[in-house]
Amino acid sequence: MNLIDVKNLTKRFPMGKGEFTALKNINITIGKGEFVGLIGPSGSGKTTLLNILGSLDVPSDGEAIVLGNSIGALSAKQSAMLRKESLGFIFQSYNLLQVHTVYENVEFPLLLLKLPAAERKMMVMEALAWVGLTDKAKSKPPQLSGGECQRVAIARAMVKRPSLVLADEPTANLDAANSHNILKTMEALNRDLNTTFVFATHDEKVIGYLRRKIFLLDGRIDKDEVVEHS
Amino acid sequence: MKLAIKLAYRNLIGAGLRTWLNVVVLSFSFVVIIWMKGVMVGWDYQAKTDMTNWEIGGGQYWHQTYDPFDPFTFADSHAPIPQELLPDVECGAIEPMLIAQATIYPQGRMQPISIRGIRPSQRIFMLPTHRLDSLTDAIPAVIGNMVARNLKLSVGDYVTIRWRDAQGMFDAADVVIVDVFSCNVPAVEAGKIYIALDKLQSMLMLPNQASLLTFADAEKERPQVEGWTLKSKGELTKSVDDLIKTKTVGQSVFYMILLLLAMLAIFDTQVLSIFRRQKEIGTYIALGYTRRQVVGLFTVEGAMHSILAALVAAVYGMPFLIWQAKAGWTMPMDVSDYGMAMAQTLYPVYSIGLVLSTVLIVVLVTTVVSYWPARKIAKMNPTEALRGKIQ
Ligand SMILES: Nc1ncnc2c1ncn2[C@@H]1O[C@H](COP(=O)(O)OP(=O)(O)O)[C@@H](O)[C@H]1O
Ligand SMILES: [Mg+2]
Repeated sequence: MNLIDVKNLTKRFPMGKGEFTALKNINITIGKGEFVGLIGPSGSGKTTLLNILGSLDVPSDGEAIVLGNSIGALSAKQSAMLRKESLGFIFQSYNLLQVHTVYENVEFPLLLLKLPAAERKMMVMEALAWVGLTDKAKSKPPQLSGGECQRVAIARAMVKRPSLVLADEPTANLDAANSHNILKTMEALNRDLNTTFVFATHDEKVIGYLRRKIFLLDGRIDKDEVVEHS
Repeated sequence: MKLAIKLAYRNLIGAGLRTWLNVVVLSFSFVVIIWMKGVMVGWDYQAKTDMTNWEIGGGQYWHQTYDPFDPFTFADSHAPIPQELLPDVECGAIEPMLIAQATIYPQGRMQPISIRGIRPSQRIFMLPTHRLDSLTDAIPAVIGNMVARNLKLSVGDYVTIRWRDAQGMFDAADVVIVDVFSCNVPAVEAGKIYIALDKLQSMLMLPNQASLLTFADAEKERPQVEGWTLKSKGELTKSVDDLIKTKTVGQSVFYMILLLLAMLAIFDTQVLSIFRRQKEIGTYIALGYTRRQVVGLFTVEGAMHSILAALVAAVYGMPFLIWQAKAGWTMPMDVSDYGMAMAQTLYPVYSIGLVLSTVLIVVLVTTVVSYWPARKIAKMNPTEALRGKIQ
């Protein structure tokens, strides 16, 4: 079974008196363990597609089936459940809870899942170890560098070991060294935990790590190519 | 809910100064409302106690034509003490009082005054009536502070009074002021002079007669007596309740304003937070919250201000309120001209019910003003919230 099945998906936004079509008749399937990127210039519809896959938005036409759930057909509760249990998000601007410590930020998804305290602690410490931030557990986001913030965000997305992680321009605010650092971290997690990663990006550094590249142009799929491994 | 409380607490504490400003304003409302209500309860209690001790005892029989608000009734409002009450009068359980209208001539001026005849041995009232037994060349009399000031009389002064006896004959005599008392019940002193009952009875030629019969014990069942109207203590103190009720209305307006200010601060904080924290709201949703749950979180956050405020209020309010209850609150203005039973110093009285109901009301109102703006979150588009684009 495919992890993601997008069939004839169209997304329109109301704009002024008319409508703006951000995605036109998209068809993609993504399987378990892929490390795939939606690549395209700004405004090509990457974020829109990622949001639909993340059940934060719904298709106007067609279908997006994620982990067996048809996104357009889910109730508010069901889509929240899907995000809570199976999806991880990584944002361009990190979106950490500023007044919470690193530990608390990473613990948050586990609190939502109502896991017992001892189990939470073990999982948080493990996630912090993956991203190399064990010693910053008590810091708060304003005290961290951009690279560290994004690593916290990765730990938060990964801590519950979701099936699918959606990362929207994760390196856009980072310098080259930090970008490579977090990409290597995600690559390792993808390999070790078999977590599927879907990126939205136009950053060459990210593109270099992808194993599959889906090019978007004006809301359409322009090219879908698998990188041959050397 | 437990998670919402935990998160709300972290967010509030994390917000720092803004939270504490709101909390201090709210806590101030708590303390002031409890204090003001306490003063009212204390006043009510004090006024009733003062009335009991100085004016009405445990209740009264009024001569059937007696009307305290109509001095013209005084001349005819007297009758022999009823036979069936005589034993109680003998043992002091009932205290007769005779009332007559008269004229007093302090320093040659002329003023109407009401003479009250009372037994020097009485124990129901705090009036210094034992002084009426003084051996002097004139009739011993006691008056209140206010009267002494108005008539420019002090202890040892002689003054002429003129009255009409039962036959309508005018007569005059000198009285000597043997004591000046101070009391908080204006009705007891205003326009009144107290002399010994038997003296007044003989002056008026009304032996064994009285206008009022005051009994000591409020609990004891009192029979109806022909020609006399029975006034229970509850009836006689009702005027205090009414008065305090009217004062409470004005006071309510004051703390409504206070509460409104605190609520406005919370409301403002909520509106601002919902606007400024869109990305955070989007993040909560991305992490698996429903929009409703985020509304709940923000509501708990707002309402928690009042819980923190209650704690802060307890820290500085409790010592203050306890100190006030002990030391009392002395009013800055002179209250003796208010024309109501009011001590210069009021001692607030707080009940558990008062404290709990105040806390409950403030928490409830805070929750409502927190929820009101937070409802907007339920209509937010999560993707737009994440982009921080909502106006
Ligand atoms: N909520 C929206 N309302 C109207 N237009 C939108 C909305 N979201 C995105 N768009 C438009 O859809 C197009 C694709 O946007 P987006 O998916 O954010 O592109 P990308 O992420 O590739 O830069 C853009 O032209 C954008 O202006
Ligand atoms: Mg984008």
